Amino acid sequence: MEGDLKKGLEACPQLLDLIANEREWLVKEGGGEANGFGVAEERKLELRLAPPGEEDWVEEKEKRVEHSVKSILPLGHLSKVAKSNGFNPCSGAKRGFLGAVEPNPEGFAQQQSGLLHLQSKAGMEKEQQSTERKASGPPIAVTAENVAVSINSSQARTATTPIVGWPPIRSFRKNIASSSRPGLGTQNVSSETAAKFEDDKKGLFVKINMDGIPIGRKVDLKAYNNYEKLSLAVDELFSALLSAQRDPVANGGQKNAKEKETISTGLLDGSGEYTLVYEDEEGDKMLVGDVPWDMFISTAKRLRVLKSSNLSASSLRSVSRKRTATEC
Amino acid sequence: MTYFPEEVVEHIFDFLGSHGDRNTVSTVCKAWYRVERLSRRNVFVGNCYAVRPERVAARFPRVRSLSVKGKPHFADFNLVPPDWGGFAATWIEAMARGCPGLEELRMKRMVVSDECLELLARSFPNFKALVLVSCEGFSTDGLAAIATHCRSLKELDLQENEMEDRGPQWLSCFPDSCTSLISLNFACLKGEVNAGALERLVSRCPNLRSLRLNRAVSAETLAKVLTKAPQLVDLGTGSFMLDHRSEAFHKLFDAIQKCKSLRSLSGFWDASPLCLPAIYTICANLTGLNLSYAPAIQGFDLIKLIRHCWKLQRLWVLDSIGDKGLAVVASTCKDLQELRVFPSDIYGAGSAAVTEEGLVAISSGCPKLNSLLYFCDQMTNAALITVAKNCPNFIRFRLCILEPRKPDAVTNQPLDEGFGAIVQSCKDLRRLSLSGLLTDQVFLYIGMYAERLEMLSIAFAGDSDKGMAYVLNGCKNLRKLEIRDSPFGDAALLEDVGKYETMRSLWMSSCDVTLGGCKVLASKMPRLNVEVINERDESDELEENPSDLHKVEKMYVYRTIAGPRNDAPDFVWIL
Repeated sequence: MEGDLKKGLEACPQLLDLIANEREWLVKEGGGEANGFGVAEERKLELRLAPPGEEDWVEEKEKRVEHSVKSILPLGHLSKVAKSNGFNPCSGAKRGFLGAVEPNPEGFAQQQSGLLHLQSKAGMEKEQQSTERKASGPPIAVTAENVAVSINSSQARTATTPIVGWPPIRSFRKNIASSSRPGLGTQNVSSETAAKFEDDKKGLFVKINMDGIPIGRKVDLKAYNNYEKLSLAVDELFSALLSAQRDPVANGGQKNAKEKETISTGLLDGSGEYTLVYEDEEGDKMLVGDVPWDMFISTAKRLRVLKSSNLSASSLRSVSRKRTATEC
Repeated sequence: MTYFPEEVVEHIFDFLGSHGDRNTVSTVCKAWYRVERLSRRNVFVGNCYAVRPERVAARFPRVRSLSVKGKPHFADFNLVPPDWGGFAATWIEAMARGCPGLEELRMKRMVVSDECLELLARSFPNFKALVLVSCEGFSTDGLAAIATHCRSLKELDLQENEMEDRGPQWLSCFPDSCTSLISLNFACLKGEVNAGALERLVSRCPNLRSLRLNRAVSAETLAKVLTKAPQLVDLGTGSFMLDHRSEAFHKLFDAIQKCKSLRSLSGFWDASPLCLPAIYTICANLTGLNLSYAPAIQGFDLIKLIRHCWKLQRLWVLDSIGDKGLAVVASTCKDLQELRVFPSDIYGAGSAAVTEEGLVAISSGCPKLNSLLYFCDQMTNAALITVAKNCPNFIRFRLCILEPRKPDAVTNQPLDEGFGAIVQSCKDLRRLSLSGLLTDQVFLYIGMYAERLEMLSIAFAGDSDKGMAYVLNGCKNLRKLEIRDSPFGDAALLEDVGKYETMRSLWMSSCDVTLGGCKVLASKMPRLNVEVINERDESDELEENPSDLHKVEKMYVYRTIAGPRNDAPDFVWIL
């Protein structure tokens, strides 16, 4: 276990560098207390992409991890907010609250350093678990525009990990609040921006999994307006994880440009190593790219990045059947 | 009284203002029940699932004004999953069938579809007023239907709704013959409206008193609108974004000066401080001012503005006003009754914007203060005790310290004593929201002193079941209790099950209540709906049938005579 942990920790810096662009990574702390590492063995490696501002989703995921973890956690650290026991304050943020929940200097310090730590688990074996995305750490649910500020702010403002539904103000007020930050001059905040802001807030998040990667992510389809951008986004989401998996120790976090090309190249036309498919409302698997973008985002429920070689005969059939249908 | 002809009894009942009184007289005898129900004009349904719409329509066939509320309050903060319920359709359908004389409909936190609005527009020939607050599910197409078919529409008031924008045409759907508008509020609309249509509409409605424009309406359009409607009493300004040196600004300035009747202002979405002098002259008449959508107006300019508003009774502002700004409010606005200070910088690393000092200043300067919503970084018992002494008239006291469980900033003690002072001093307190570090003691105080309390909101507070028990045992007039993230479990829940029939609803989320406890409650109290809300992902691998020891994430209990509802989604279990 020790060895595994070390390996996991070494993986940390590399994965930390994945905090890039507009992505917010949610990380689950494995306990954070003295016995946390013992517990970590049971936990899964959990990386979660925080959808900008999507609090409902965050909450849902938090709930799930609490259910799954509850039975696993030792009851030794009962606190007032009983459900948070065993959680590092930042992971129990939905329910408990950093600094206020439990005296947890280690967790506090970790949180206050402003870095998002990744704690890996020894075995990410189970296919079942790996294809599911479990809820994880602090739901730092911020809008895309807030990202930079929030990463810094976890240092400046002590213990302000956002909790779902807290502070108790309406969503539209949170929009107003964030548009008041310095750097966003009022001249820039036109009604179009405001309208777009509101729309973006809603988002259209669908799960996306990739063959060979146990951790799924979520993408906001509304954030893109064509397939190309989606393809690039998929690339960004998974390329780092892919390279991390292939070679966890090497590179020290440098993005492998070659890797980057690998995923999105030929993603949409079936010519590449990977192919992007989606599941529609009826549960059928379809090739991404056939239908007009707007139609796609209204019917796509789930995405998957398949190894092109895995496109089985049966799924191909349904794909081509559907394709024929849309072509008609 | 039965010797009097019914018309006389009915006339006597006309003097009964409140719903409560009318409900009471209707229970006296069959004759009174009959007179009362046939003469009832206003019906208020606080929980849309407490009674079936058909029953309301059948009992009150001559109702003119109906108000219905749907989702629980915490839905405002995304704690209630979408699709939970609160559908307006059944209500509008029932009214359409049973009460065609309906003239006014007010809905809050309900799901309203365009089809509903279409049905509404076509079913009630005398329809006059539609007020939708915090609703969702409809679009501008629904508004178009209302505008088109409601010939005598006086009021269309949309507050903070989630509505889809399908284009600006809806406003043009008001026919040229529509001249009856008194109140039009589309401030929550996201998209543009046709400026010309707006101006024409305003021109032909001489009785227009209240107009709230959305952010998309430019300041130039505002100027034109104001010249056509100088009689306005309440104005939502739209974006108010202008270069203060421009011709357009001067036009706006002139137009505003002519609005001598303006008493209430809101909007200012993109207002730059340099545009504010446009309103200085009318500030002296203002009784209401809402600057909570205007983050660009910071402390210094806010203060300059406030100094002109010495008649203010209602002020909504962002916490960028600061403690100093609040001190200016305290010295200027001696008639202040309602203050709301919203947080402006939730995610950022802003310095503390308002603290207990601002609140104390307000309390000493504004003794008429009776309604407060205050988001702040810190609070102290001493401050709350002072506030309680200075302002014994609070009806609504909602304090939100942004960091959960934060203790007294000076003594590090829980804030029990401070809130205790509030409830002890404010004998008419009807609504209370707590925050900060609180033990069971505060609930003991609340149970002891808050006799008139009707709504209590608790978050991250208390130590044990005793806390909740104190409240349930003490607050005789409690109607709504909402609790999140507090250590109250089955013992507290089942302490006094009969109490819940005297209340409208109970919400508990992230507490220690178990499924077993909920089941016990449900079995003991058949006239309560005990809803357990489980948000699950389809791919969740957890058990389908959790044990009774399983803690319930969200529970919503409410009294009802309608039985379990049949429109609940899969993730809601009605026990």
